[in-house]
Amino acid sequence: MATFSTNEFRGGLKIMLDNDPCSIIENEFVKPGKGQAFNRVKIRNLKTGRVIERTFKSGDTVEGADVVDRDMQYLYSDGEFWHFMVPDTFEQYQADKNAVGEALKWLKEQDMCILTLWNDSPLSVTPPNFVELAITETDPGLKGDTSGGGGKPATLETGAVVRVPLFVQIGEVIKVDTRTGEYVSRVKE
Amino acid sequence: MRLLRRRAQLLADIRLFFADRAVLEVETPLLCGATGTDPNLDFFSSQFHHPPQDKTYFLQTSPEFAMKRLLAAGSGSIYQICKAFRNGESGRLHNPEFTILEWYRVGFDLEQLMAEVVDLLVTLLASDRSELSVHSCSYRQIFTEITDLDPLSFDRRHYRQAAAEHGLAEANALCGNDHAVWLDFLFSHLVQPSMPKQAICLVFGYPAIQSSLARINAGDPRVADRFEVFIDGMELANGFFELNDVVEQETRFEREMAYRHSHGLAPVAKDALFLDALKAGLPVCSGVAMGLDRLLMVAQGHDAIDRVLAFPFDRA
Repeated sequence: MATFSTNEFRGGLKIMLDNDPCSIIENEFVKPGKGQAFNRVKIRNLKTGRVIERTFKSGDTVEGADVVDRDMQYLYSDGEFWHFMVPDTFEQYQADKNAVGEALKWLKEQDMCILTLWNDSPLSVTPPNFVELAITETDPGLKGDTSGGGGKPATLETGAVVRVPLFVQIGEVIKVDTRTGEYVSRVKE
Repeated sequence: MRLLRRRAQLLADIRLFFADRAVLEVETPLLCGATGTDPNLDFFSSQFHHPPQDKTYFLQTSPEFAMKRLLAAGSGSIYQICKAFRNGESGRLHNPEFTILEWYRVGFDLEQLMAEVVDLLVTLLASDRSELSVHSCSYRQIFTEITDLDPLSFDRRHYRQAAAEHGLAEANALCGNDHAVWLDFLFSHLVQPSMPKQAICLVFGYPAIQSSLARINAGDPRVADRFEVFIDGMELANGFFELNDVVEQETRFEREMAYRHSHGLAPVAKDALFLDALKAGLPVCSGVAMGLDRLLMVAQGHDAIDRVLAFPFDRA
């Protein structure tokens, strides 16, 4: 794998740090007029999701991390692994619970996701920004109540729980923003 | 456009300030036959083609040597507004080409010059940053307050511990046994961010190992007669009670040249014309250099140097 100098550090660059793959968020050049130059770098550990700050001497090099994002279709879960497929090549990948993480509650079979691969094995799963899921459980609401206030919890077919307006019923399909976990709208069949 | 006008106003105000005080505006070459030896300043160089002559010239990293040659020739107090160039320096607060205001006051000691710097800043920023307060403290005081370390004596174990306690464990590997690098690291990572906000902060009495071109203090050889100015924690200006001892100057050049050699940095020669001027006699004087682009950032409330340049480096 290539190495990168601190001068090449840009947001999104993937590097190895303390044996973990990381993504650079921000790189600040710090140099006193008459002193040593440093780079203060904000870095996300792609395994743990934690953000740390680390300083390098300007010009130091670090090893790049073989991390790529690929669009894949979610196929099914066997309880232990979640299986995904690259549509055009039919290559299949299995991600463990750790890699699937929070995406778990939004995954519906056939939906397209982004898999982040490190050395060709799944590191994390990013669900689509918007998913359409059916409601399996919610309190009966008042039909015709379109007022914005209030709302109620609703359980979706994937197990996720979101707040929905009172008029939304069991069996209806709704659109949810997975980044915020918020209800967007009803989906007309 | 507002920015162009603000810059023009700043330059006009500076010229008025110095005209009032009978300080002479001068110009010296940007393209110079010699350059400084400071290992932390990388330079741009260029070839002069004039067969059979073929000589290397350097874009100045600061006008210091040339202005001191004028002082030695009897110019009296002088100032200059010019471009300076530092290779490899690019970032939120750095553009490789930037505008410097540098001035020298004959007969001034450091304290007098610091007072004049404050006068100038207060005058220049009266229209947009009149709320700024002024603080002054010694390097040792502010450094110890924040890190609990003595900047004048180096004990790596203590330095390492203090860095680790502040979540900067990597400092140990980066700085090793180099006291000056440790000071740069801790000052920029811990001290500067903790400086008072909305304030002009003058820090004087730098450790002697960071004397650069300043005199060693007559009363305490552990500190140099050097000060820096920070606004909201950003380094803005650097001033010296100027070293005028040619023997000491030559020793410092040689030390820096040896450091360059041992660290694989580009070799540079001593500036002979500058040393000649020191030999002829530099009057007792203090001098300071101020980054005008950063001053504009302060005036306009911008946090990146690119925002105050008509054409930043990537579009130069």
